[in-house]
Amino acid sequence: MSAQTNAAARATPILECRNLSIAYAGRTGDVPAVIDFNLALMPGEAHGLVGESGCGKSTIALAIMQYLGRAGRVVGGRILFRGRDLLAMKGEELRSIRGGAIAMVYQEPMASLNPSMTIGAQLIEVPMYHESMERRAAAARAQMMLDRVRMADGERIMRSYPHQISGGQQQRVVIAMALLSNPALLLLDEPTTALDVTVEAGIVDLIRNISTEFGTSMLYISHNLGLVRETCDRVTVMYSGEAVEVGSVASVFRGMRHPYTRGLFASMPVPSADKNSRPLVSIPGQPPPPRARPPGCFFGPRCASFVAGRCDARPVPLSSIDASQGHASRCLRVDEIAWDAAPAPGPGNITATVGDIVLKVQELSKRFRHVTANDGLTFDARRGETVAIVGESGCGKSTFARILMGLIQANSGSIDLAGLELSKLPVTRRNANTIRSLQMIFQNPFDTLNPSHTVGSQIARVIRKLGVLRDESRVRERVLDLLDLVKLPRDFAERRPRQLSGGQKQRVGVARAFAGNPSVVVADEPLSALDMSVQAAVTELLIDIQRREGTTLLFISHDLSVVRYLSDRIVVMYLGQIMEQGRTHEVFTPPYHPYTEALLSAVPIADQRYAKRKVLLTGEIPSAANPPAGCPFSTRCPYRIVGTCDRRPPPVQEFSASHRIACHLPREELLAMQPVFEEVTQ
Amino acid sequence: MGNLIVRRVTQMLLIMLTVSLLLFAIFDSDQFREKAAVAELGGFGVATLSADDYHEWLEKKGLNEPFLARYGRWLESVLHGDMGQSIEKDIAVSVLLKESLTNTGILAFFVFLIMIPVSLTLGVLAGMNTGSPLDRVISIVAVLTTSIPQIATAVLLTVILALGLGWVPTKSAMADGWSFRGLVLPLLTLLLYDIGYLVRMTRAAMTEVMASQYIRTAVLKGLPYRRVILRHALRNALIVPVTLIFLELNGLLSQVVVVEVFFQYAGFGRMLFDAANFGDLQVLQAATLVAVCVAVGSQLLSDAAYVFLNPRVRFT
Amino acid sequence: MNSRVVILLALIWFPLTAYVMFRSALGALANYLLLPAIPSVIVLYVLALRSWRESWVAIVGVSLVSFWLLMAVAAPYLPLVDPNKPLVPFLAPGGVRHGILFLLGSDMRGRDVLSRTVWGCQRVLVWGITATSVAYAVGAGCGLIAGYLGGWWDEFVSFASNVLLSFPVMVLFILVLNLLGQSGFNIIIAVTCSSAPVIMRIVRGLALDAKSRDYIQAAQTRGEHPLWIMLVELLPNVRGPIIVDASLRLGYTTVAITTLTFLGLGLQPPDPDWGLMIKEAATAALLWKYSYMMIVPALSVSSLILGFNLIADGLREMSLRD
Repeated sequence: MSAQTNAAARATPILECRNLSIAYAGRTGDVPAVIDFNLALMPGEAHGLVGESGCGKSTIALAIMQYLGRAGRVVGGRILFRGRDLLAMKGEELRSIRGGAIAMVYQEPMASLNPSMTIGAQLIEVPMYHESMERRAAAARAQMMLDRVRMADGERIMRSYPHQISGGQQQRVVIAMALLSNPALLLLDEPTTALDVTVEAGIVDLIRNISTEFGTSMLYISHNLGLVRETCDRVTVMYSGEAVEVGSVASVFRGMRHPYTRGLFASMPVPSADKNSRPLVSIPGQPPPPRARPPGCFFGPRCASFVAGRCDARPVPLSSIDASQGHASRCLRVDEIAWDAAPAPGPGNITATVGDIVLKVQELSKRFRHVTANDGLTFDARRGETVAIVGESGCGKSTFARILMGLIQANSGSIDLAGLELSKLPVTRRNANTIRSLQMIFQNPFDTLNPSHTVGSQIARVIRKLGVLRDESRVRERVLDLLDLVKLPRDFAERRPRQLSGGQKQRVGVARAFAGNPSVVVADEPLSALDMSVQAAVTELLIDIQRREGTTLLFISHDLSVVRYLSDRIVVMYLGQIMEQGRTHEVFTPPYHPYTEALLSAVPIADQRYAKRKVLLTGEIPSAANPPAGCPFSTRCPYRIVGTCDRRPPPVQEFSASHRIACHLPREELLAMQPVFEEVTQ
Repeated sequence: MGNLIVRRVTQMLLIMLTVSLLLFAIFDSDQFREKAAVAELGGFGVATLSADDYHEWLEKKGLNEPFLARYGRWLESVLHGDMGQSIEKDIAVSVLLKESLTNTGILAFFVFLIMIPVSLTLGVLAGMNTGSPLDRVISIVAVLTTSIPQIATAVLLTVILALGLGWVPTKSAMADGWSFRGLVLPLLTLLLYDIGYLVRMTRAAMTEVMASQYIRTAVLKGLPYRRVILRHALRNALIVPVTLIFLELNGLLSQVVVVEVFFQYAGFGRMLFDAANFGDLQVLQAATLVAVCVAVGSQLLSDAAYVFLNPRVRFT
Repeated sequence: MNSRVVILLALIWFPLTAYVMFRSALGALANYLLLPAIPSVIVLYVLALRSWRESWVAIVGVSLVSFWLLMAVAAPYLPLVDPNKPLVPFLAPGGVRHGILFLLGSDMRGRDVLSRTVWGCQRVLVWGITATSVAYAVGAGCGLIAGYLGGWWDEFVSFASNVLLSFPVMVLFILVLNLLGQSGFNIIIAVTCSSAPVIMRIVRGLALDAKSRDYIQAAQTRGEHPLWIMLVELLPNVRGPIIVDASLRLGYTTVAITTLTFLGLGLQPPDPDWGLMIKEAATAALLWKYSYMMIVPALSVSSLILGFNLIADGLREMSLRD
């Protein structure tokens, strides 16, 4: 082939969306979901589609596969695959493309696999139906693919049913299934959202190598900017159905040119900054409802640079900023806004004064029938301090929270709250004062409020039950005060939970927890279910309230960036034991416990100013019912000393008054570890 | 899985024991004793009986021994097949049971023979394309047939087929020997309701499966539609309907009471009804015991089928 | 359920129940008892039309049920012949005798079929609704306790339910009615014995599911009493599926009562009752030209049950759509 045809072949995008508009049929007419979307995906390229929930990114993937369901349809524009109109394809042609030339990886791997068929049976279908391969050859090919996605024990996996393997393994199976027919285009719809952080890191690493190893083009849909940065070449940022900024990852992440993109970045914590040096700035307001989008720029009502009369006059087109990089932005005032201005400085030294020890946990242990959920936990928390408990699923942090709240009782050890022993005191036997001073914020905002009662009545109930106030009018006033405290409008008191968004519900949860002026608040993953920009708002709210009330905050999370941002001290847990604990900056800089090192390395960072050292763990998180002997982390530890780590429990080494690491590694080796994050001088 | 089965069977045995104890206690109560006496000696005879003679009669019948001893003896005789004597028909209860169960069994056989393929097919067809014209027709017919109680169905079918068109006889007493035509009416009456019910359940299961994410995966894998339905969807959608089919045995025992009485078919239901009316206590007791046995057995089979068909339960 | 609906339902149910169950004791008062119920039925129907207007299935269903409800409460005030008075036997529908129009004919004893049909729905509705309500109170209560409290409560309640559920329904009815005698109140007991276990299972499942929700845990961490949690936090949230099931169950109970009267095991003659009408026609008049005596009650009971089933289907559809 001549160089010209070569170049021509390279210049034809493998996937092209031209002015694509998708709408859903609603009760009163069509509701636009995606508006005027354009995309040109070149062969071998990985393109990230980023946005928060409801922005339409998943809809685009389903439209490409023509699986919008009964209510959705493409109302304008075209989708071209290798130059041919995808939307016009039907029947046999469409069937051969699906799974053959275009394949998809889904968000929930467990639900995406047929529970009644073995993994092997589901895998071999792909080559059997796309290449008419016969069964044995197909099985061999499937086995080979499982190896290439780095699944150990492929034969056993082939014979297993989906529910018998872990989440990370399921997702690798889904990826293997998608790659089996060597597709030209791979669509990935939030493939790691349902997975633990260290498992996610492994999958992300795998995905990153797909395009180099297989030559596949990828459309990577995610809400996590950091993940997109680590896996993609180009990115499109979406807001409310529209693409607001497009460009290469380098140009967009380093020089963003849309207020929404900038807002997203500002609301994400960076691993090297804490609440004092770089406050999180949330985007005020909420995305517009799909039926009632504002005229002109959809982001206008929330934009700090909004100019009435210009930004809301007519629909804003995508205008090119740098043609060589393919960087474009949907902002009228691109040339007028000072993009490089430093963010507003934080309110200065806002650390609340830390007082005496308020909560003291010693050798706390809890066993369920076969599972050791908590094993010898020892740490303490001071007044006004934020202590973060970090760990992945199965580490026992939720069990600890429930023991603290009195929902279950410990087997041994003690929890001392201002002189009162709590470890075996069920909540039904606690007096009102104790209950009042120890409250909880829950993880799932959609379940945290009773759907049948109004917001106001639920807060009022807490006030009355905890004995804070009795007089009706004063109770009502306090409800309104609390709504003010969490920055919700006062008329929300009459609304029902289903009328509130996730972030708003979580704020009510915060208000409810603080209704009784507690001295300790346990927040169990309060941010995990929220969108990025909403997380920033709720985080700031927690910090603000804590500072004002001097409350001790026990913040349970798996998200290390947020933890870095708002905690004073950190406790790292793995399979029921504390691996490391110390002040925040001590934990984030060497010496690290090997697990902490891996956790830190697994955090996706969007900020271009930081580079990250890669530490990958092998294997899966072991089941809590069968913990390894010796150090629980020994099965996955890259530094494991065979014969020691898997036999004897690790000794606790002290590196400062507050910094402790439980590890067999000699002290010098721990001290010699390299930092995980490094600032990149550019 | 074995663990589950063992637990279930133990539970069932416990239930059977409790039920048998309950039944025995009920039929042993004073009310029933009196009824038994009346049945045997006649109302007038009982009224004129003195207290002593009554006690003598009780003793003769062995009704004065302690409760558990009598229970034990009764249980023993039941397990040996002797369930007493029918006062009304003057034959051994076990003989009566065998005859009536056989007759009902024939009915049940044909019901299952026709119901299973028809309802599963219709339910799957309806659920495959929820909202399509075929689905609407099937759904409407299913709702209608499950809304008409069997007593009304029996009436309507009799009027149309027997009285109006004269194709089948109105009564199925089989007085002139066996005839298939006599079976038609009771069979249709049972079938209309049961098919409707199973179609609705199958359709619901199929609809849910078709909306699942793993069917989406199968379709987007590029598999032919036939394979998606036959291999991916049915395997999951039919789990619940199959378990329901086993439970139908239980439901059938209830339905035959009214159907057999209406058409005078000499089956289990008719026997139960006659015994209740007449006060034939031993028959009633034995029939109830058998019915519970069948019901418990069907529940057990249904649970076993569920465990067997659902890999999530079968392989932990 | 808001208070308006509750008041209307009470205005219909109490008078109707009192009328059917205690009419002889009430004497002259009985004549005025049902008057407030008539407009209540109409208002309730209009309210239902408005809130369920999206689902034509539910609309058809509620229309059928409201029709019969209206017939039941309006029966004493309609220009109907005495349903128990034998006039002209075996008169074909439409015939006129003694200056009276027998719209649906007369039965084998000369009683007006139309009148018996209209009066007949009173008993079916009252006993059916009462029995279902009692079954619900028992079943839902046990279900909440078993689901929320768990442990030995659950074991005990579940075992008792399993024992009851191991009886085929009709066998259970025959047994109970034989043991306790035949009366409306014993029908309530029989229906409770057969329906409460199923209701218990449903509510227990719903309670188990709701128990793991955060708002229940929030209530527990507040130190709320289990009774409070069950009644105030749990119960309002299991409303949806319960209302759908209640509607279906009213249908099943109606079938049960009609079948029982057909078998002669339930409510006693001579008061008109659909099951009774079918039984008498089936035994005394099994000929094509007299089939109207059977068809009219058969279609009537079918339409009532169809109404209940359609309401259940419509409500389920609407809840899925949300």
